[in-house]
Amino acid sequence: MFLDVLEKYDWNKIKQDIYSKTEKDVLLALNKPKRDLEDFKTLVSPAAFPYLEQMAKLSNKLTQKRFGKIIQLFIPLYLSNYCINECVYCGFNCHNDIERIILDEEQILNEVEAIKSYGFEHILLVTGEAPSIAGMEYFERVIKLIKPYFALISMEVQPLEAAEYIKLKKLGLNTVYIYQETYNKESYKKFHGKTKKSDFAYRLHTPDRLGKAEMHRIGIASLLGLEDWRTDAFFTALHLKYLEKKYWKSKCSISFPRLRPHKGSFKPEFSISDAELVQLITSYRIFDEEVELSISVRESRKFRDNVVKLGITSMSAGSKTKPGAYALNYNALEQFEVFDERTPSEVVDMIKSKGYEPVWKDWDYYMQL
Amino acid sequence: MSLIIADKTFNSRLFLGTGKFSSNKIMEEAVLASGTELVTVALKRVDLKKENDDLLKHLKHPGINILPNTSGVRTAEEAVFAAQLAREALETNWLKLEIHPDPKYLMPDPFETLKAAEKLVKLGFVVLPYIHADPVLAKSLEDAGVAAVMPLGSPIGSNKGLKAKDFISIIIEQSNVPVVVDAGIGAPSHAAEALEMGADAVLINTSVAVASDPVSAAKAYKMAVIAGRLAFEAGLARESDTAEPSSPLTKFLSEE
Repeated sequence: MFLDVLEKYDWNKIKQDIYSKTEKDVLLALNKPKRDLEDFKTLVSPAAFPYLEQMAKLSNKLTQKRFGKIIQLFIPLYLSNYCINECVYCGFNCHNDIERIILDEEQILNEVEAIKSYGFEHILLVTGEAPSIAGMEYFERVIKLIKPYFALISMEVQPLEAAEYIKLKKLGLNTVYIYQETYNKESYKKFHGKTKKSDFAYRLHTPDRLGKAEMHRIGIASLLGLEDWRTDAFFTALHLKYLEKKYWKSKCSISFPRLRPHKGSFKPEFSISDAELVQLITSYRIFDEEVELSISVRESRKFRDNVVKLGITSMSAGSKTKPGAYALNYNALEQFEVFDERTPSEVVDMIKSKGYEPVWKDWDYYMQL
Repeated sequence: MSLIIADKTFNSRLFLGTGKFSSNKIMEEAVLASGTELVTVALKRVDLKKENDDLLKHLKHPGINILPNTSGVRTAEEAVFAAQLAREALETNWLKLEIHPDPKYLMPDPFETLKAAEKLVKLGFVVLPYIHADPVLAKSLEDAGVAAVMPLGSPIGSNKGLKAKDFISIIIEQSNVPVVVDAGIGAPSHAAEALEMGADAVLINTSVAVASDPVSAAKAYKMAVIAGRLAFEAGLARESDTAEPSSPLTKFLSEE
């Protein structure tokens, strides 16, 4: 399991390695045909920052070679904002005094109708973590309910057991996103208090359980803002390589959840600038030519428009981050503030104007019998 | 000389993939410029429920045949299911059989491919399986009744050319069905090389789709494939590492 791998590395030592990389290391890494984890440290290091344009060009070329000039589109459907966790950085934090709702079947179908009218075939189901309200029984019902409407179903909910993933996969679940938030054990404890989520190892091993369940795609990430992003990126890359090698039938995807304003007062201690986020995106691509890279509406219009060419392979569009927001206009609590508020068709036009083809559908139910 | 696969005759030995293009319109222009008569379409990209799928709409031209592929499936069972859907929706019994359980390098699974091919041939499909350049597998598939074999030149999308050349030439030598080199071809010179070796056709996608000017790239491939085939038919003298001794060593045999 991944904890055994992780424990071989010392956070501070890795951080020191990254910050002591030199220009010579950068040139070496950029001119190799394939890069290893040591090169990844170089790519995310301050030493590589002056080479951002070169990294962007390389990332653009490698992404086009593997994925073509296309961007896949998906939309999140927030099902419930109930949450038992107290993550200070998240709007669903149980201490936030706001209206909580969970959508019933009729409400879900209303939302689905609105989403389908935009043209989406790939959907991401999202809930807070509240197993007694939104647990396995609910997930099974929802997936069965919406399966006829979508070519690809993804999920971002609390960590589940391998047997539960197998069950949901049989019903049509394709992808599970599970973010470690931070790979720094001490910081992780600090942010997750005494809740269920404070079990670092259980969360860390969720991708292992997904791999064992042969989930088609596993999405991982560290939250940008909780810890030193460069060091967390190294551990995410380490996790990625571990998963690709061990669970070779599963595809991997990386997301870039940069902390955004939300209800509550958390101010990220470690910020990451737009330019640094570009460095991070291009670093993953140069390091791993096959990994999918996904960007959400947490980012601004300008930023999203420009990363279409920099290595990103999928993006959400027209997203609302609270339950019942597409058709029902509920005024429930949102998870985070949407930065890019354009409609899906406006995002599609933008992608086309960049010389890329927006792809609505890249999967089908018969591909997971 | 034209190429015959199953019941169809092809004047062009260039097959094109339709993924990765920056728009369906540019894809259509490249297809037309290439002179190809057979294009592959990933079933997963097509909305079979829709009457007027945008990708297919751009491929409706006389002389252009659709070869649906099963890209994305991981087992024989899924491939057979996909094939039946394709046959019904696209009204063709031709199928590029592609099974890769490995989503990273998209390496074809030999066991599942053979299993699916046997089943699909029985169901009346014209099967063109995508395989490793594995001569034994190619022969087993031929025995199973496939219409052609499609060995990879290099890892898919790698543009590395014919890294598997030695094994492809064994397949060409032994095969009784057409051999189409698929995957890895990154330049017209690679395509010409495959045809010069005696491959019956090549399938190109990434190299055209991702070129700065896909239409010109398609034209370049068209010419390369014609040149390569012509060279093969002309029976070019093989290159040789050994110098010919000026006075033949066996000359004495004809001496009085």
